[in-house]
Amino acid sequence: MAVEPILRMKGISKSYYGTKVLDSINLSIMPGEVHGIVGENGAGKSTLMNILFGMSVIHSTGGFEGSIEIAGQPVEIKSPLQAMSLGIGMVHQEFMLLPNYSVAENIKLNREVLKPNFISRIFGPKLQSLDYDQMYADSRKALERLNIGIDEYALIAGLPVGHMQFTEIARELDKQNLRILVFDEPTAVLGESEADHLLQAIKEIAASGIAVLFITHRLNEIIEVCDNITVLRDGRHVTTKAKQDTNVIELAELMVGRSMSFATRQRQSSHQGRPIMEIKNLSVDMPGERVRGVNLTVYEGEILGIGGLAGQGKIGIANGIMGLFPTSGEVKVSGASLELNNPSASIAAGLAFMSEDRRGVGLLLDSSIELNIASGAMFGTGRFVKTWGPFSQVDQAAIRENAEKYIADLDIRCTGPKQHVRQLSGGNQQKVCIARALTMNPKILLVSEPTRGIDVGAKQLVLATLRRLNAELGMTIVVTSSELAELRSICTRIAIITDGRVAGILRPDDSDVNFGLLMAGQPIDKGA
Amino acid sequence: MRVKSAFKDMDIARLIIAAFFVFLCIAAVALRLNISELISSSLTRMGMWGVLVLAMLPAIVSGTGPNFGVSLGIVCGLLGGLTALELAYRMEGVVAFPPGALFLVAILFSLPFALLVGIGYGWLLNRVKGSEMMIATYVGFSIVSIMKLAWVFLPFKNPEMAWPIGRGVRVQIALANRGLAQILNNFLAFRIGDVVVPTGLLLAVALAAFLMWLFLRSQTGMAMATAGSNPRFAEASGIVVDHQRIIGTVLSTVLGAVGILVYSQSYGFLQLYEAPMFMPFVAVAAILIGGASVKKATITHVIIGTVLFLGIQVVAVPVANAFTADWSSMGEISRKIIQNGVILYALTQAGGE
Repeated sequence: MAVEPILRMKGISKSYYGTKVLDSINLSIMPGEVHGIVGENGAGKSTLMNILFGMSVIHSTGGFEGSIEIAGQPVEIKSPLQAMSLGIGMVHQEFMLLPNYSVAENIKLNREVLKPNFISRIFGPKLQSLDYDQMYADSRKALERLNIGIDEYALIAGLPVGHMQFTEIARELDKQNLRILVFDEPTAVLGESEADHLLQAIKEIAASGIAVLFITHRLNEIIEVCDNITVLRDGRHVTTKAKQDTNVIELAELMVGRSMSFATRQRQSSHQGRPIMEIKNLSVDMPGERVRGVNLTVYEGEILGIGGLAGQGKIGIANGIMGLFPTSGEVKVSGASLELNNPSASIAAGLAFMSEDRRGVGLLLDSSIELNIASGAMFGTGRFVKTWGPFSQVDQAAIRENAEKYIADLDIRCTGPKQHVRQLSGGNQQKVCIARALTMNPKILLVSEPTRGIDVGAKQLVLATLRRLNAELGMTIVVTSSELAELRSICTRIAIITDGRVAGILRPDDSDVNFGLLMAGQPIDKGA
Repeated sequence: MRVKSAFKDMDIARLIIAAFFVFLCIAAVALRLNISELISSSLTRMGMWGVLVLAMLPAIVSGTGPNFGVSLGIVCGLLGGLTALELAYRMEGVVAFPPGALFLVAILFSLPFALLVGIGYGWLLNRVKGSEMMIATYVGFSIVSIMKLAWVFLPFKNPEMAWPIGRGVRVQIALANRGLAQILNNFLAFRIGDVVVPTGLLLAVALAAFLMWLFLRSQTGMAMATAGSNPRFAEASGIVVDHQRIIGTVLSTVLGAVGILVYSQSYGFLQLYEAPMFMPFVAVAAILIGGASVKKATITHVIIGTVLFLGIQVVAVPVANAFTADWSSMGEISRKIIQNGVILYALTQAGGE
């Protein structure tokens, strides 16, 4: 077995604007090997694949360090087109298919089989006709390798998502020079039986000598199909292990790890308040973050964390409760049923929301700090408004006074309450959001991704502020975050959301294994 | 950041236009034109258009963009005016309306039309989010054409309005007979040297602007501005964005109706048929020249824009005529170039952050 690795990536490092996202990653894959890559969001999986594909986002941000060899030959991959000609194929997470073309036409897109005709003989090969018979035959062959009964004549538009996924794979298989095939979270959109089918297909593809790179966060799938597994965490290469040397539990632990920068919150004296919000069978139709039946109880005075991987639905919960996306189910606040799909009702029930989309939903960027802070309370509860019968005027003095108080309290760095929010840094914008939510005097504060897009120092400040509000004012806070370490540093309980449901509720000091398993959609033993 | 926004406030198009206005004024002095007369007619013209330009403000603030369809409001105002004249005619011998009262009656009659039309128009604009301006333009053109038929068939009997032969109302209806012509202009009017100040007219505009200023500081006004500046933020704050856009559209339509009556009394005639067709473009151009964008506007923009654009209109004609004696339409041409150029410029800036 003195076979040369088909792909070898050596010492790959990459920085975006001074932040290191990949730190000397090494990877080598043999022909016919299935190699799994696992890691949390932001571990560097997609960046690594972008480098392999020569995506322009890599080159426009200063390129990368390290070298890539294909079949022993050093290569410089400058564009996706070049990657394809080197025999690298990719099955994307989002489908790249034309809905109104047939399966075969999509498989052969831009690589159509041509045959000369009368006109092309005169005017040149650009005008040759498509050889549909050959195209259908080739497509049939590719689909048969996948062992799936898709009709090559069918239009993409009417197909179930699983079949679209297989069409994408067939397109890559149809490329004659294919040597390396990358699957980027291919089972995310598939049902269980389709996923099984896909894993079977992957094994067969590998058996034909093609190297497969398989990216997923479903650990059981990794264990099932992969020969070797590489774990990435925070842009670093944690380890590469052969399948027989590891198991799901170990992978989960390696994947989550423990971040240095946050201290885990010590377990609280286990007093629990009375339930303040009960969520039953909540479904939220938020694109990309669908919630499919969440049951959750929030207790008075706690900080409840909602964690989980991107796209699993954790973000949808708070957005649904606030009435921002179509929602069904039942939510009770202090025992009273909440009218869903109506933001005013949610605000009136004493909920305040800090959106994960701070610049889009959370702030009026081109308005003053004072107006941003006052606006929630002004529209929600009529604070800062003086009324005379049907006429009303905004109380500018009260708005100013309130803004000055919060600017001092939260240490918002600005030139004054009249400054436009757009000119503030991310951390200070987030403080304005906090001030805005506090001005509404909420019973429950819902916070989504409080530290997204702000620098490290500001992160600590924002988290400390949330903690202080909880400790000093006894405010109930529900924090949704992709950063597990962050949740573990401030929360009393953490619910992990997988596939739109609560996979389990953990304490901040529970083991890394349990967090990893829940995030990967595995049940944990109650004894653990 | 700050330097950039400072430049934005005085962007190049506005500087050029302001410079052009200054140039025209200097030229007018150099050419020994009758300055007093120019100032008088500038003041009058600014007053005539003031309320119509103001009508753009609630539309932009509520997020539907400059109201190219303000012709709807204009038509409602004309309808109110005709109804008032008809009422005065039918009630002859029963009640004699003093001119001031009749003017108020005209405004009152136009309001229900403007209210209903504004609600329907707002509903329409909520269905075409993203292309409001184009839809508005065509709604404006369509309503003017539809009303051409209506002017012929509406059952007005007042002989001052009817064609001497045939049916329908005339193209221009004189307001002098009922004492309505210049009723606002002459109220408390005074002279400084040869300059006539149309006090009542300017006061009317100032009053409308002040009421708008108060409204924008009310809870509803704040909610409307929020809905316009960031709809998603507004929804999250419990504001029903579509309602706010309808409120903005109704206000714009009502101001259009009042605006055309203010305009007409100064002009001395109600102008029907083709006349309202291109009026929205003047109002749109004026507020944009004042510094507004299709997304953001203030009362200050209304005032600056009205002064600049209508000032240019008044001064450009005699100056151009003095330069090119045998090409008398030069003034009109330069007005059109500025008007359409500024609208075009603002539209190209619309997408920019």
